[in-house]
Amino acid sequence: MESTIIKSENFNAYFGTNHVVKNVTMGIDQNSVVAVMGPSGCGKTTFLRCINRMHELVPGATATGKILLHKDNVYDLNSILVRLKIGMVFQRPNPFPNLSIYDNVIAGYKLNGMKLSKQESNEIVEGSLTKAALWNEVKDNLHKKGTFLSGGQQQRLCIARAVAMEPEVLLLDEPTSALDPISTASIEQLLFELKKNYTLIIVTHNMQQAGRVSDKTAFFYLGELVEYDDTREMFTNPKDTRTQNYITGRFS
Amino acid sequence: MKNTRLNYRIGVSKLSEIIISFFAFLVAVPLIAIIFYVIKTGISKLSWNFFTNIPKPVGEIGGGIANALIGSLLIVLIATLIAVPVGILCGIFLSENRESKISYYSRLAVDILQGVPSIVIGIVIYFWLVKPLGSFSAVSGSVALAIMMLPIIIRSTEETLKLIPPSIKEAGLALGLPYHKVILKIVVPCGFSGILSGVILAVARVAGETAPLLFTAFGNPYITTNILKPMQSLPLLIFNYATSPYDEWHDLAWGASTVLLIWVLLLNIITKLIARRWKVQL
Repeated sequence: MESTIIKSENFNAYFGTNHVVKNVTMGIDQNSVVAVMGPSGCGKTTFLRCINRMHELVPGATATGKILLHKDNVYDLNSILVRLKIGMVFQRPNPFPNLSIYDNVIAGYKLNGMKLSKQESNEIVEGSLTKAALWNEVKDNLHKKGTFLSGGQQQRLCIARAVAMEPEVLLLDEPTSALDPISTASIEQLLFELKKNYTLIIVTHNMQQAGRVSDKTAFFYLGELVEYDDTREMFTNPKDTRTQNYITGRFS
Repeated sequence: MKNTRLNYRIGVSKLSEIIISFFAFLVAVPLIAIIFYVIKTGISKLSWNFFTNIPKPVGEIGGGIANALIGSLLIVLIATLIAVPVGILCGIFLSENRESKISYYSRLAVDILQGVPSIVIGIVIYFWLVKPLGSFSAVSGSVALAIMMLPIIIRSTEETLKLIPPSIKEAGLALGLPYHKVILKIVVPCGFSGILSGVILAVARVAGETAPLLFTAFGNPYITTNILKPMQSLPLLIFNYATSPYDEWHDLAWGASTVLLIWVLLLNIITKLIARRWKVQL
């Protein structure tokens, strides 16, 4: 029996007076991949950033309603705790430019002041880089700066950095939009692997990508959640005309 | 017809290139002339004794600038210790809170402070520190210099940190790092070379300041390391000895000018090297 790990209830988000996410209610099952798609400016990234409370960092940004992680509203928890449990990968690869590959992966522990033995941190680094399918490419250069890697490798380094913290949920904000097709394919391959251990929510611009990687798809339009269903169902038999228009390419 | 038009335009283009290069070169002329003249006049006065002796009374041959050298190093060092923490923290605040009211007024204050004549800073410190303490002192000179260093350090810190992409800060916050760790362990290290260059430029800038020291550090013909007592410094020595009527003292002033000039040049070169060596690839 699948259980719901994240559930948003009547959730609204604003930038100042601009209402960007409108009354969204949706549940996300554990160990599933949910794609969030929609045209530019539909609020999909904002919704994603609300889940780990990154939205509130923008001056003037506010939110109402609930987002539950298991049974707890993330807005009642400490934001640092929320972000430890819900990791995030961004649109553009953003490894810490002042740190080596090794230190980038372990940064979440080290900079948070958690004490680790040399062996423990070695294990975490190797394990996380392996999960991110990067270990074989970088194992001889762990002490080089992360910014010397290619874009696709940097993005996988960012994924390794996020999974090193053993989060329950991983949010991915258009993780392949800045990458070439080959890197994109390798990241998508990786998502299948990560699904075994984590719940993934991926925002994407790209319908083919949503179709390839996700179990369920949510379609956002003008801040509303228009349709949320199994991916196969959504692409073969959309219920709403707006979804239909979008996936048949009548607007984007 | 068409060809002459084209030739005319190529000619104008060449001419403007020549004019621009000429003025670019012209800017370097005063600098090169000053360096050349000072070093030519002063280099012959430099010797081991020049660095280890204190000035001799009028009429005696020799004498050096040891008191001024030690004094300058101490005064500038203390000024740096005062200005660096305040300046860097203020720079971090300004880059982190770009829109707030406090930053607006703080930035305005920094800009105005940059324009306050150094002699005015000196006289204010005279009334704030020298009079209450009852004596001219090195530390009051340091405070005056620190105030002059602040705008340079604040502005260079702010400008450096502004260039660091916000995505890197977000990466840290999304890992569950508290705000102060993100700033201290990620943002500041990424801008380290820029901040350090700003500090060294500020040191180079105040190393030759005379006016704020005139009625604060005051000067002293002997070596002292007591920062609560009057202390000699290179610019003060140059000022006092260059305006004296004695040739031996003029020689000392020229030698001291050379030392000061080389000091400032070296600091500028070091700044360039640091900026290249420790630059974090963003």
